[in-house]
Amino acid sequence: MNRYLVQRAGFALLALAALVVVVPILLVIGTIVVRGMRAINWEFLTAMPRDGMKAGGILPAIVGTLLLSVGTALVAIPVGVGGAIYLSEYARDTWLTRAIRLAIINLAGIPSVVYGLFGLGLFVLFLHFGTSIVAGSLTLAIMTLPIIISTAEEALRSVPVEFRTVSASLGGTRWQGIRNIVLPQALPGIITGVILGLLRAAGETAPILFTVAAFYLPRLPRSPLDQTMALPYHLYVISTQVPGMPAQVQYGTALVLLALVLSMNVVATVIRSTFRRRRQW
Amino acid sequence: MAKIIAERLNFYYGDFRALADISMHIEEYQITALIGPSGCGKSTFLRCLDRMNDTIPGTRVEGKVWLDGQDIYAPGTDVVDLRRRVGMVFQRPNPFPQTVFDNVAFGPRVLGLHKKENLADIVEASLRGAALWDEVKDNLKQDALSLSLGQQQRLCIARAIAVRPEVILMDEPCSALDPIDTLEIEELMRRLKVDYTIVIVTHNMQQAARVSDWTGFFWLGRLVEFAATQDMFTKPTHELTESYITGRAG
Ligand SMILES: Nc1ncnc2c1ncn2[C@@H]1O[C@H](COP(=O)(O)OP(=O)(O)OP(=O)(O)O)[C@@H](O)[C@H]1O
Ligand SMILES: [Mg+2]
Repeated sequence: MNRYLVQRAGFALLALAALVVVVPILLVIGTIVVRGMRAINWEFLTAMPRDGMKAGGILPAIVGTLLLSVGTALVAIPVGVGGAIYLSEYARDTWLTRAIRLAIINLAGIPSVVYGLFGLGLFVLFLHFGTSIVAGSLTLAIMTLPIIISTAEEALRSVPVEFRTVSASLGGTRWQGIRNIVLPQALPGIITGVILGLLRAAGETAPILFTVAAFYLPRLPRSPLDQTMALPYHLYVISTQVPGMPAQVQYGTALVLLALVLSMNVVATVIRSTFRRRRQW
Repeated sequence: MAKIIAERLNFYYGDFRALADISMHIEEYQITALIGPSGCGKSTFLRCLDRMNDTIPGTRVEGKVWLDGQDIYAPGTDVVDLRRRVGMVFQRPNPFPQTVFDNVAFGPRVLGLHKKENLADIVEASLRGAALWDEVKDNLKQDALSLSLGQQQRLCIARAIAVRPEVILMDEPCSALDPIDTLEIEELMRRLKVDYTIVIVTHNMQQAARVSDWTGFFWLGRLVEFAATQDMFTKPTHELTESYITGRAG
């Protein structure tokens, strides 16, 4: 066959493959947006649920998810970035660090429900945090750590060794080199990883199922040891557990969750692309 | 007076002996050039003088290096401060991807000099010292990477002298530059040696002859000949040296 024809056929197949991926996603998003928009109004976003969640708003679920994200970030960012700095800048290549890296890769592949059960065992029961925001945040943090550690380590490693050498040659300590030149250079990559990690945490149901999520709690949490509603779990509940739920409420909730996650994703993408444009070495 | 004295210095990468029994006097306020074919150990020797080799795993040093009469390999040496006293300029211009000002201010900030003195003054003095001030004074906030390569290398020199070292080590500082930039850097070196002791590695015989006061010729990890530059280039005592500087070996 003519090699130009082969090329054209190849490209057509690849385009088809791309379509197969993109079209369903667009359809799903489109449906949620179109049908969800009708539910969205001021009351939906700022009021407590009423009538067995069939009316009113979803404020406690929105607040719950935001609080859980903040709690997750408070734990996962320092631990994750700290761990990445240790692995990339200080750790020698020993069997121990190799084992740690292997563990991190494997942790990233564990199903989220396993994290949920682990959180139930460790934080809720053993450490007596009860079903609470603290327990839920810690569970989500552990789940996001592998993502944050591996992206942050990658970002740190992509900063040329030379910068560390130059910093040392100017009389800087190892930490000063990391703090003043390596970290700032790696920051956009680290932020991207952090956002991607938190994004996953914000959208997960299984890890919060046993550790924090309330089925129906029409008030805002008052302390970190309170339970709370959360968007993904709320969506699960109103879609499968409550008969006679208006579809509009379901799509509205899905739209809010989607908007939250997509906007974080956009932020991550913008940060990454500005980073690419600026990097010249 | 000798600023640095290397005494029977040996250096090993694992089992490979990269430097063999190097003894050398490096005179204060003079320019010492190190020449020799690729892989003969010039860079390794240079990095021994500020202990930059310490960071390479599996390496070993024997012998002594005296800086102002102090053995820099003695236990208890403050290596971080040693590296402030002995600065380094690298082969490829490597400014940080920051502003011109921040590049020069990096060292003083790290060392806390800015708490006692005016940072802007230090930056200006360093840029003047590196003959770059007039070209960048109107826009210190510009990205260092927007400068020409020659300017970038002078910026690296400004960054190095901003921490007030006593010795400046330069590893082929002109190999990435065009002839005009190269001459500018050489001119700069002649001015810098009033205040600093300079050691330069170069592959360019003319450059060694033009700028240096002393020349050391390395061959396979050994220092074959060390002499005043004039003597080295007019009447080398070793046949190997002669064939190398006349371009017949290497
Ligand atoms: N990190 C390293 N690990 C192992 N061997 C090394 C390392 N660095 C250099 N060597 C070896 O040590 C010897 C001396 O290297 P060095 O870089 O000091 O030579 P050089 O004279 O600076 O060469 P060039 O002119 O090419 O820069 C070479 O044989 C080189 O292969
Ligand atoms: Mg070299």
